[in-house]
Amino acid sequence: MKTDIILCGVGGQGILSIATIIGEAAMNENLYIKQAEVHGMSQRGGDVQSNLRISSQPIASDLIPKGGADVIISMEPMEALRYLPYLNREGWVITSSAPFVNIPNYPDTEDVKAALSKLPHVVSIDIEQMAKDNQVPRSANVILLGAAQKALGIEYDKLEAAVRRVFSRKGEAIVEANLKALALGKATQK
Amino acid sequence: MEKKLLLGDEAIALGALHAGLSGVYAYPGTPSTEITEFIQGHPLAKERGVHSRWCTNEKTAMEAALGMSFMGKRALVCMKHVGLNVCADPFVNSGMTGVNGGVVVLVADDPSMHSSQDEQDSRFYGKFALIPTFEPSSQQEAYDMMETAFDYSEQQCLPVLMRVTTRMAHSRAVVEVKDVARPENAMNYNAAAANWVLLPANARRRNDKVTAQQAQLEEDAATSKYNSLSPTLPQGKGEKYPLGIIASGIAYNYVRESLPSLGEKSEVALLKISQYPLPKRLVRQLLDNCERVMVVEEGQPFIEEQVRGVFESQNILGRLTGELPRTGELTPDCVGRAINMAANNPSLFTLHSSFEQSEIVAPRPPQLCQGCGHRDVYTALNEVLREYENPRVFGDIGCYTLGFLPPYRAIHSCVDMGASITMAKGAADAGQWPAVAIIGDSTFTHSGMTGLLDAVNENADITVIISDNLTTAMTGGQDSAGTNKFEAICRGLGVSEEHLHVVVPLPKNMPEITQIIRGEINYHGVSVIIPRRECIQTFKRHAKEKKATESK
Repeated sequence: MKTDIILCGVGGQGILSIATIIGEAAMNENLYIKQAEVHGMSQRGGDVQSNLRISSQPIASDLIPKGGADVIISMEPMEALRYLPYLNREGWVITSSAPFVNIPNYPDTEDVKAALSKLPHVVSIDIEQMAKDNQVPRSANVILLGAAQKALGIEYDKLEAAVRRVFSRKGEAIVEANLKALALGKATQK
Repeated sequence: MEKKLLLGDEAIALGALHAGLSGVYAYPGTPSTEITEFIQGHPLAKERGVHSRWCTNEKTAMEAALGMSFMGKRALVCMKHVGLNVCADPFVNSGMTGVNGGVVVLVADDPSMHSSQDEQDSRFYGKFALIPTFEPSSQQEAYDMMETAFDYSEQQCLPVLMRVTTRMAHSRAVVEVKDVARPENAMNYNAAAANWVLLPANARRRNDKVTAQQAQLEEDAATSKYNSLSPTLPQGKGEKYPLGIIASGIAYNYVRESLPSLGEKSEVALLKISQYPLPKRLVRQLLDNCERVMVVEEGQPFIEEQVRGVFESQNILGRLTGELPRTGELTPDCVGRAINMAANNPSLFTLHSSFEQSEIVAPRPPQLCQGCGHRDVYTALNEVLREYENPRVFGDIGCYTLGFLPPYRAIHSCVDMGASITMAKGAADAGQWPAVAIIGDSTFTHSGMTGLLDAVNENADITVIISDNLTTAMTGGQDSAGTNKFEAICRGLGVSEEHLHVVVPLPKNMPEITQIIRGEINYHGVSVIIPRRECIQTFKRHAKEKKATESK
C-alpha cells in the first residue's frame, strides 16, 4: 500500500489538521509516514501545501516527485490547480469549490471551474456551505477529508477513530461535530 | 521503544531531552522554532526544570549555553542559519574555549529561502570554527544523533554543530524513541580558567590543540556509523563503477528515492555523509572505484568544492557543473534527472508523466492578517509621507516586512535584525530627510537597542517606529523579551520624554497617529513612536484559551 497526497489551500484554512488526522490513522495502522509541512512566513494568507506520503514500505524522500501524487486534497479550487504537475495521470483531485479571493488578480472563477472539469477524476464540493447548512461551521476541512476517504485508501472506520483521538482533548462536542463532518464528506463519495 | 510521529524539529528536541539536556537556549527563527517550543511543552522538561525560556537573541543564547556547559551540564542552542551570524563571535570562540558539559548548536538552514533573506550554508561555519558537524538524513537519525552529539561533544571537549535544513525541520516521520531519559549531568567545577580565559597566551595554546585535534575528528568521521559506503568498496582500485554519488544529509533521501534498489548489483556506488570534517579517506576510496562522482548536497557546494579542489577534475559533477541547479533546494525530480545525466542513462530514474502547469493560476503571496495593527501603522505612515518629497523608510525583519508588498509598498530596505534603525541613522548622516525606521518589538530587543543608542548619542534626525504587537509574531507568537519595558528602555537609552509616544494602531485613531508621526518627522532629532496593539493571531488564541478555561 502506498498513497502520495498533496494537501493544499490558503494559510489558515486548516490543511495541517487534515494531515494530522491522516497521519494519526496511518500511524495506528503501522504504516510508514513522511509529511513535509510549510511553516513560517507563507502561513500568512499565502498559498500553503503539505506533501503527505503513507506506505507499507519505507519511504525515502520527504517530497513527492512530479507526476507522483495519487491525490490532491485542496481547500481552495485555484490552489488545487497549482499542484497539477505533481498529480499522476490517473490521480484524483478532491477540492472545495469555494474560491478564496484575497488577491487582486484571482482568475475568473468560471475559468477555474472549467480547468478543473477537464481533469479525469475530480470531486468538487462547496464544503463551506455544507458545513454551515449542517451546523458544523468549523469543520469544513474534515468534510473534505471524508470526501477523500476512498482516494486515500484508508478504511472509513480508521479515519473515524483517528478523528476521535485527534480531537478528544478538545471535548466531546468538538469530536461529534468532526465525526458528523467526516460522515457528510463520506456521503458525497460515489 | 515507543513509536511517535514527530517533526524533525520535535525529534531533535526529544533526542536532546532523552540525552540528559539541562537547558535549551534559543531565539525563534523559521525553521528552528519548534525545537524550543517542544521542550517548553514537554512534561519531562517541566519535571526536571530544564531551562527553555526564549532568549533575547542568538548571541545571548549561545553565551548562556556556554555558561551552563562551563558548570558541567548539557546545553542545546537553536537558531536559524542567519542567527548563526548573530552569535558568530561566541560560536567561533567556543571552538577555542572548548566545552565542559556537552554543547550542541543546532542550526536550521533554509535553502530556497522559504522564510529567509539568504541561503547560507552553516557547514562552512563548522569548518571555519574547527567544530565537528553533524547532518542527519532522517528524523530517526536526528533523534539518535542528539545523544551521539552530546557524548561526542563531551568526549572531544568541543561543541558540536548540528545542521539541518527546512525539509528535515518541518517534515514528520515515525520515530522510535527511548522509554527512559538518561539523567542530567551533575554540576562540576572541572572547567579550567586557563582554557576559558582567551587571553592571547591561552588562546594560542588552545588554537594549537584544537587544530591538532582535527585529524582525529576526520578519522572519527571516517569510521562514524552515520557515514557509510554502499556497496562496500575495495580499498585498492577494483573494477570501476560508472557512477559514484556522495550524498549528504537529507539529499541522501532524494538519491534513495531515485535509486530504490541500491545493493551489491547496483551500477551506482553511494557514499552517505552525515558527519564532518569530510572524511577524505572515504571520498578517495569512492573516487578510486568510480569513473565519475556526483556530489548531491542540500545548500551550497560545500563538499563538492573540497572534492574538486583547484584541479577542475572532469569527473566530479554536481551543482558547479550544471547537473544539479546551482542554487535552491533539491527535489526528488532535480536529483533524479541529475543522476540520469551523470550516469548517461535516461532510465535510471523514471520520470512520471504528469499534467501541465495550469496557466490561470496566480501567485498568492503572504500578507498581513486582516485586523493586524501593522496595517494601521502603514496606513498612517503612508498618509503622512505623501506630504514629503523623497521620504525613505528603513524596514526590518518580521511580519511587517510584508509592508513592502502592495497595497502598502511602504518600506525601502530590509537587511537583517535591527538594520532599520542603524540604516536610517546612516541615511540621515548622508543628508536624507525624512529617514524613518520601522521595527517590531522583538526585533528591537534582539538587535535594535544598540543602534538606537548610536542614534541618541548623535541626536540623529530619524523617526523610529517600534510597532509593538506584544509577541514574536512571524514565527508563531512566542514571548517577546521586551514586553512592558519599551518606554523604559527608550528612556534609559536617552530618548527624550517629549519625543517618545505610545499610540494604539486602530483606524479610529488615525488623526492622532498621523499628527504624531508628522510632528516627529518635522522634529530634527531622534524620536520614537510605539504603536502598541496585540497581534491579532495571539489575540484570537488567548481569547480561545480564556473561553476554554471558563467553560471548564
